[in-house]
Amino acid sequence: MEIDPFVFRLSIFILSIFVGYYVVWSVTPSLHTPLMSVTNAISSVIIVGAIIAALAGNDNNIFNQSSVFGFLAITLAAVNIFGGFLVTQRMLAMYKKKKK
Amino acid sequence: MISTNLLALFYLISGVLFILALRGLSSPETSRQGNFFGILGMSIAVVVTFLSIGNFSTSFVYVIVFLLIGGSIGAMIAFKIPMTAMPELVAGFHSLVGLAAVFVAISAFLNPEAFNLGNSGNIKLASLIEMSIGAAVGAITFSGSIIAFLKLRGIMSGAPITFPGQHILNLIILISIIGLTYFLCTKQSSNLFWTLILISFLVGVLLIIPIGGADMPVVISMLNSYSGWAAAGIGFTLENTALIITGALVGSSGAILSYIMCKGMNRSFFSVILGGFGGTDQVSKSNNKEQKPVKSGNSDDAAFLMKNASSVIIVPGYGMAVAQAQHALREMVDTLKKNGIKVSYAIHPVAGRMPGHMNVLLAEANVPYDEVFELEEINNDFANCDVAYVIGANDVTNPVAKTDPQSPIYGMPILDVEKAKSVLFVKRSLSPGYAGVDNDLFYRENTLMLFADAKKMTEDIIKSF
Repeated sequence: MEIDPFVFRLSIFILSIFVGYYVVWSVTPSLHTPLMSVTNAISSVIIVGAIIAALAGNDNNIFNQSSVFGFLAITLAAVNIFGGFLVTQRMLAMYKKKKK
Repeated sequence: MISTNLLALFYLISGVLFILALRGLSSPETSRQGNFFGILGMSIAVVVTFLSIGNFSTSFVYVIVFLLIGGSIGAMIAFKIPMTAMPELVAGFHSLVGLAAVFVAISAFLNPEAFNLGNSGNIKLASLIEMSIGAAVGAITFSGSIIAFLKLRGIMSGAPITFPGQHILNLIILISIIGLTYFLCTKQSSNLFWTLILISFLVGVLLIIPIGGADMPVVISMLNSYSGWAAAGIGFTLENTALIITGALVGSSGAILSYIMCKGMNRSFFSVILGGFGGTDQVSKSNNKEQKPVKSGNSDDAAFLMKNASSVIIVPGYGMAVAQAQHALREMVDTLKKNGIKVSYAIHPVAGRMPGHMNVLLAEANVPYDEVFELEEINNDFANCDVAYVIGANDVTNPVAKTDPQSPIYGMPILDVEKAKSVLFVKRSLSPGYAGVDNDLFYRENTLMLFADAKKMTEDIIKSF
């Protein structure tokens, strides 16, 4: 019997939780704020779902009921992606070492 | 058009790049490269999704337009936002992730064919469950983050809002969510789906209103975690590896931060969630209104003490952020260093309104990060330091946390400021901190209170040197 693809996805999920656990513990406490803004930016990869939803409409009916939600989600996720990565970049650029 | 397998491999690459993005944050030197990996991962995910569609119809133009609209709003916010407003910005961003998750779940529910989830009215059971989880958690993240945003921004009072029967109400709602999901799976009715989302919005509000201002670091971390779980739920629905990996990373990251914050306050996660901390009852209990002698001084006294010191430790807190005193503070420290005085900064894990809040503000004011220390690293140095300059911090220095088992903050790890030869305490009044506890440190022999706004006092001290 074949393994259900769900089980594969579940395995990836569980293993990623462990990866996340160890990676995040190694983040230095002084960078916890950038950590939050960057995790926020990467969780906006949800935009891929929004793109699929938005493009599901056809040419005669671009804004049908379900693709409208897709377009809205694209806008929200895009705010987050650009805002999240750029503000992280801005913060990280400020962390400087002592001048010798 | 690229094949499904190739697509999945590219999503895997994105996921790996996101892991590297977080890995980069282990030190400031590698962090910028890490952020670049994150951007690269995101670009790959977006581009391959476009390629997988292949159908470059008119809708595609609209996708780009909406992407650019959102992107420019985001970029504008990112460049304009002052660093002191980071906590509310992060809360606001969480709400957007939550709402985006809800919207994606809704479109998947309305048009399951587009996502290969079956037909409308006959969606695969597993997908329906995953969709409901993603939508519910997303909705909770959205409304919860909005409340957190309003509280942090000061639009809504930071005081906890509690009412009788709150916990029972929450429990009933939680059970009804599970029930609704069950009926949704059997009946596939869209009304049930809408109800589920509406109720989840309500849960988010009810969950955050009882939590007080001082517990905000926990709340933000917790919502960070929720936004991750919502993304993972949607990832399962869409069978998308990049989303599943990211969701798991973000979910565990937020959970760890919540844990660190709770430990920093010596409070259990549940007591924070149940809320009510920092309410008015505690204040009335602890205010015995006995007049204790307090020594207060002016900027000249402070300047004199610091000039004659050989080592000074700065203890910043939320008050520094409110007064925007970080730049003045760094100028003051520059003067001290010119006089050969050793200066370091001590940061309590829960100083400020979000994890790492103080570090960002100090970095903004050009304080080198190797002069800034965490609690464990620096706590033993207070005994050997001449002056501790407490600016905008309060509860995290209160020795009562070590001595009085009755105190609400008993057991909280504190900075041992009282061991310094002299303590300079910048504060506007003797009022208790957010925990509603009087600070014993105010009345110590070696404490000099400097009653003023943090920024103004620091500037006056610079003038007095």
